[in-house]
This record gives sequence, C-alpha cells and structure tokens, in this order.
Amino acid sequence: MKTALISALAIMTAAPALAERGADGDLRVLYWQAASVLNPYLSTSAKDVEPASLVLEPLAIVAADGSYQNVLAEEIPSIENGGIAADYSAVTWRLKPGLTWSDGSPVTAEDVKFTADYCMAPGFGCAVLAEFEGISKVEVIDDLTVRLSFDQPRFQPLQAFLGQRTPILQKAQFQDCLGAAGASCSAQNFGPIGTGPFRVTQFNPGDVVQFDANPNYRDAAKPAFARVTIKGGGDAMAAARAVLETGEVDFAWNLQLPPEAIAQMESAGKGQVYTAFGTMVERIELNQTDPSADLPAEERATSAHPHPFLSDPAVRKALSMAIDRPIIAELAYGPAGQPTCTITPTPQEYVTDDDSCLTQDIAGAKALLDQAGWVPGGDGVREKDGVRLQVLFQTSVNSVRQDVQSLVKQWWSEIGVATDLKTVEGSSFFGGDPENPDSLARFLADAQMYTDAYYQPDPASFLNEFTCASIPRPDTQWQGSNSPRFCDPVYDERMDLLHQTAASADRQQFAREMVAMITTEGHVMLPLIHRGMVLARANSLQGTAPNGWEGSLWNIADWSRSK
Amino acid sequence: MLTFTIRRLLLAIPTLIFISLVIFLLLEASPGDPLGDVPLTVPPEVKEKMREALGLGQAWYIRYVLWLKQFFWVEPLYWFDQAFGTGFSDGMQRIISFQSRSPVFDVIAQRVPQTLIVVGMSYLVGVMIAIPIGILSAYKQYSWFDQLGTFVSMIGFSMPTFFTGVVLIIIFGVKLQWFPSVYDTTLVVRDWDSFLAQVRQMVMPVAVLALYNAAQISRFMRASMLDNLGQDYVRTARAKGLGERTVVLKHVLRNSLIPVVTVIALGLPTVFGGAIITEQVFKVNGLGQLLISAIHANDIPMVLTLTFIFAILIVTFTLIADILYGVLDPRIRYD
Repeated sequence: MKTALISALAIMTAAPALAERGADGDLRVLYWQAASVLNPYLSTSAKDVEPASLVLEPLAIVAADGSYQNVLAEEIPSIENGGIAADYSAVTWRLKPGLTWSDGSPVTAEDVKFTADYCMAPGFGCAVLAEFEGISKVEVIDDLTVRLSFDQPRFQPLQAFLGQRTPILQKAQFQDCLGAAGASCSAQNFGPIGTGPFRVTQFNPGDVVQFDANPNYRDAAKPAFARVTIKGGGDAMAAARAVLETGEVDFAWNLQLPPEAIAQMESAGKGQVYTAFGTMVERIELNQTDPSADLPAEERATSAHPHPFLSDPAVRKALSMAIDRPIIAELAYGPAGQPTCTITPTPQEYVTDDDSCLTQDIAGAKALLDQAGWVPGGDGVREKDGVRLQVLFQTSVNSVRQDVQSLVKQWWSEIGVATDLKTVEGSSFFGGDPENPDSLARFLADAQMYTDAYYQPDPASFLNEFTCASIPRPDTQWQGSNSPRFCDPVYDERMDLLHQTAASADRQQFAREMVAMITTEGHVMLPLIHRGMVLARANSLQGTAPNGWEGSLWNIADWSRSK
Repeated sequence: MLTFTIRRLLLAIPTLIFISLVIFLLLEASPGDPLGDVPLTVPPEVKEKMREALGLGQAWYIRYVLWLKQFFWVEPLYWFDQAFGTGFSDGMQRIISFQSRSPVFDVIAQRVPQTLIVVGMSYLVGVMIAIPIGILSAYKQYSWFDQLGTFVSMIGFSMPTFFTGVVLIIIFGVKLQWFPSVYDTTLVVRDWDSFLAQVRQMVMPVAVLALYNAAQISRFMRASMLDNLGQDYVRTARAKGLGERTVVLKHVLRNSLIPVVTVIALGLPTVFGGAIITEQVFKVNGLGQLLISAIHANDIPMVLTLTFIFAILIVTFTLIADILYGVLDPRIRYD
C-alpha cells in the first residue's frame, strides 16, 4: 500500500508541468564516441544509430520487456489481426493515418517499399541486409499499406522495420541514392528527413550533431526540448565527469568505468547513473579445435584436429566451476553487470533454469579433474598422457577485461590449470581480416573472452551462429560466427526444428535446450556477466527509461526538464 | 639560392610519393579491419558486401593508384570547379572516408579552424613566453630567475599533456568551475559574450599546450643566447661603449634567433597536425582527434590523406627553415 502510494505520488510529480513543445530549451548530450554518419543503413554502431534515432523512426520498436510497441505502424501485425499471413509467408504493415515527414509531406507505403529496395539494392553494402534477407517481394497495397512476402514461410516474420536499426527513409530524399550511388549521398546521410521528434540542423561528422524540435511531430505537445546537441569526443571517464561532477551536460552514454569511480562521482549529487540491460553477455569461449603452432598454418584451429584437452567435457566443466562470477561482477563491473549462466539473458521466457554456475566450486572442480584422470604434475599443473593443462587465454585490450583475465587465471591455477594471458588491440581482435592471426574468428588460442549481443527478443538467428556450418574455416576465408568451433549434430537438428516451429512456447523450449547444450551442459561457452549499458543523467532530466533493446535515446520525445 | 630552392622542390616530389607509398603499405599491413566495429551479429556475407561497397575488393596497387589519382587530379579539379564554377570534376569520385562516407577533404576542412585556433594560439603563446624567458635566463645565468625557468621548463617537458590536462580540468573545471571541460566547436563568435565564452573554453587547452611548447623553445633560446654571449663580437660591442640593452637585444638576440627561428619553423607542421592527446582530453575535435579516431576505425582513406598532408607540411617547412637560414645568416649560402 505504501509503495503504491509512493509510486502514485511519483507519477503525479513526474507529470510534466508544461505540456508544450520546446518549452524546456536545450538538452546537452555527450557521446564520447562521436557519430560519423546519421544513416543506420550505412553503420549499425550504436554511436551512429542512436543519434539518428531522434530523426528516423521504424514501424515498431522493441520495448524494455521484449514486447513490440508500434511507432509508425497502426498496430503490430499478428496472425489474429491478419497482419501475418496464416502460412507465415507474408507480413502486412499498416501505417498510422495522417503521418507527415518533418518537411510536411505525407508518409506513405511508397516510402516503406523504397526503404526496403534501398537496403536490398546490389552494390550498396547495406549494413542491416540480414534483416531483409528472405524478402522476395515488397508490394504497396494502398497509400498506407505495404506487404512484405518471403521466399519461404518465416515463423519469426517481424524483422525488417522493427527496431531503430531499420527505420523508414523518405523516398523523395533518397531516391537518387540507390546502389553504388549511395556512397556519394553525404547530404542525405548527414541530414536525413524523418518523422521523429527532432530534425538535424547541423552535423559535423566525428564531432557534433545539433537538432531542433520537429514542427510536424505527430504529438503536438512533444518534444519538451527545443534543441538537442549531441557532442562527441573524449573518453568514458570525462563523459561521466561532465554529467555527475561539473553538470555541463545532461546525459552521457556508455560509461563502463571502475565501480568505485562511478560511486565517487555520483556522490557529488549532480546526477545519477542507471543501467539498461539488453542481451549483452560477456563470455569465455573454449576452443574445440587445436590451435597448436606445430600444425600447418591452414590446419590450425580446424575441425580436422580436435583440441587436446578442451574436447574433454570434464575439463570444460571444471574450468567453469572454478570461476566465481559474482566476484567478477562486484569487482570489475559494479552497476554495469550481473553474473549469469546463460547467453540469452532476456526475455525471461528464454532463460534457462540452471544457475548452478553462480556458485564457485574449486573442490568440486579438482575432484572432477581427478576423476577424469588429469593429475597434478611436478609443478602443480595437471596432465594426462603427456598433455598438460596449459591454456592460452586471449581478449581485447580493455582495463575491465584485463582485470577479469587475471582473476580467472588465479582461479584456474587453483585447480591446476596454467594460464598464459594475451591481449589484442580491439580493432584487430574484432576485425575480419583473414590474414590476421589475432582475430576472434581465427581463434589461435585455447580460450577467449568478449561480449556478443543480438537485437530481437527471439534468439533464433543468434542461435544460428553456433551451427556446424557457421564454423570459420579456410574455405570461408576464416569468416563465421561459430568461433569456438562447436559442432553437434543434435544442435543442428534442433536449429532446423526451430526454423519450422511457429508456436512461441515450443520455440522458447527449443531455444532454452540449445542454449543449455552450449553453456550449462556442454560448457563450450562459459557465460560470465550479463552486461548493461551504463548511462548517466542529470538530476533535472526527467522521463529517461532504460531499454536494453533499443538505443539509450529511444524515448527522447518524452524527456523533459524538472523545474 | 633560387636554383637551390628549385632543386629542393623537385627532389621533394619523389620523396613525397615514396612517403605516400610507405604509409599506404603500412596501413595495408596492419591487422585492423575497417569493419571491426560492425556488430558481431552481422553475418559474414553481409560484411563481405559492405567491404566491396567500400572498394576493398580490389588489389592494393589498384587502390593505391586510384588514391593517387584522386588526391593529385580529382581533388584539385574539384577545388578549381568550386572556385570558378566550372564542371571538370563532374562524375568523378573524390576521396571518400570509410566512416562517414563523405569526402575526406570536407571533414578536414571542418576540423582545420578548431586546430588552428587552439593549437596555433598555444604555439604563439608558447613562443611569446619562451623567448623572453630564454633571453633573461641566459643573461642572468644561474640566478634565481634562471633556476625557476629551468624548473618550469623541466615540468613542461616531462609532464605529459594528458596529465596536466586532466589536472587542470579537475582544478578549474570540477572544483572551481571557472572554465568548461567540454569544448563547444559549434560556438560562433558574434558578440562580446560569445567572444568571452570562446576565450573561456580556450584557456585550459591553450595553457596546457603553451606550457609544453614554451618549455622546449625556451631551452633552445637560452642555449643559443649563452653561445653568443661568450663570443668576441659581444666584448667588442661592449668595448665600443654600447649600452647593455643594445648589446643584448640588438647584437646577441639577433644572432641567437637564427637557430631558434629554424626550430620554430620546423615545429609549425605540428600545429596543423593538431595535438592528438590534448584535443581528446578537452574534446576540441580538431585534426588530431580526427586522425586518432580514423586510426581506431581503420578509415584508410582518411588516415592516408591526413598523414600525407602532414608529410607535405613537414617537407615544406623543412625547406622554409633551410631558406630562412640562408636569408637570416648571410654567411650561409647554398649556391
């Protein structure tokens, strides 16, 4: 009762005193990585997509709880309302009537069709082409209705135009930018015309974006701010300082900092930190193939040579048991992360029940290795048949990751596993150059740690990353998302089944089983931390709400300044 | 002198082309990937198409020659068109940045003012502080002023700008709140208030860089003055009965400035190169910040063009320094 009263009171006080567009003046935002282009079809980096989201809007977005929320669409297509064809071969979207672009012209189904054509045009290099895959035909039914047909039934049909990475572009503005011509359309890419709450007034790539309120925005009372400046540059520490200590800016993004530094800055009392949890999970991958330098270069880390000891399930399980995930969360992540045992941490329906990995069990790990015949040698490192448990553990250069690396090294040494640490510069580690021996896809190490994430509540396309076909190998130029080289026919069968299943309860069941095969049962991937996006806001800023699926500025139309 | 200049200019051309090739090959050999920032969920096939759209599908020598053509032919034509309203460059592809997909030179043009104002001002301030300090320190060698000057220049020399910058921000930005810690590049000076705002936001970055520049130049100035103060001509000037003021400021200073002018001229390209760290600390976002972010993103056309422009500047200013030497010191003639 008391909490209900308090929250009722909070809602009453939070209601904006002045419901008038532009009444709250300037909003200053700091993105320490600056935007370089305002067109998500060219760059899906958060630093570019999030500023663009003030202007460009999709048909629908994913809400914080993983449900769909319509934006430009009249309603979310479903089987019940006829939006999704009964055989899952097409989706029909209907636009809200009366929508206009910021230049006053009407938004029509032609714009939606054009946007699909724009991304799928050959020679363009659309960054979100995967979302449009399988669309065989885009038809305009009437001014407000558009139908996307698939080449085969799709049981997860809402992908294109769902989420800020696939917004609707204005045909009139972009029609000369199809295909290879898209490269020289910088006027369009720097100042897209949109339907969102703001318009671009100035854009200096890599430096600053300025917006003013869109006079034709569909809600006459919004946005509360008249102007927005998104400044780039500096680093996460300086960005946090500018909100929490000097109060020069109202909002800062992506502040992965030492927990004690954040707490100290917050104590200045000018602002607060909050976290948006999506699907980011920091994990350790265990290589299932032998990366040994004794093998010929083309055969290193290929399925032809199983790993000498990480192919033993007992060793993998022991490595997982030795890790104290809550300690990692507390020491290295603070507000930015929670310990986890799964790689699909949200929505709740996809989370596996087994959270036994949250308890460290050094003694159990030792017993397990003893049972499996791995006995300590003279220097305390376990061995069997001349194979020593000597692990090369790599990750990208990042102070938090280096802290975690040394913690893990310590725990593994306690169970008799020797660890050599290696750090690789980020752009090299995450890069796809097939000649590069340090990339995570090439995986010339025994263990590696990084974060992966996905953008749709249904993880089917994410789970597809770990099929045998996705293993990086010479004939794919070492491209492929299955970097641990996990290959299990049962998993692949389940994947096919998942692709043919419509009922959501069944899909969730299959997804949970598949995740367990990789993590809590197979221990090929050791999930560590469910990471969130740490954001800082000034105390006077109201209306911010975390949403791990979309960008940090997803509801900026509702933001206001308290008086 | 003229033949010397022409010979040097002609020699500069193969040097510069060689430099551009070396930079290109270094970038080519580095393990980074322009698509390294693309989220891991993007499938390899899509990445391959994006790579092709960036022109990365071609062999390195084709891309190099294409860049040379764009830099030496397309860009000058484009500027000619802009200046005279002609259309020679229509339909030609200018150098396009991987990150922003816009012409590299447009972005550079946006960044030059910030860098010139902040870094240029700091160089000017640095020189203006350094020369009097150098003169006085040498004239009163081992006095308390000289000791203090040595101490300050040692601090300026040995403290990295990322340290002094952050210290200044914490003292004057966070604690005292006198100056802003975020530089506003969109600020336009049109009245007294905006001028004051511009001065306020420039104080800290200029102070950090000026300290660093002054430290170096004042040491050169002091050493050069000391060399000259012991020379015979100084004794002669004094014996003639000239006042100390005339001896030091006219005779000694002019002769001592010769090597210092060269040092200052050789340091000028760094003004255009921007101050990578200081720009980052104060979020000035000039050429230095542009270069470092382009390197992080493996934006090859941007890095190549920027570093090549720096190379041209360095070669040019070395030449200017050499010529200045001859002009200032009639004993040195190159012919």
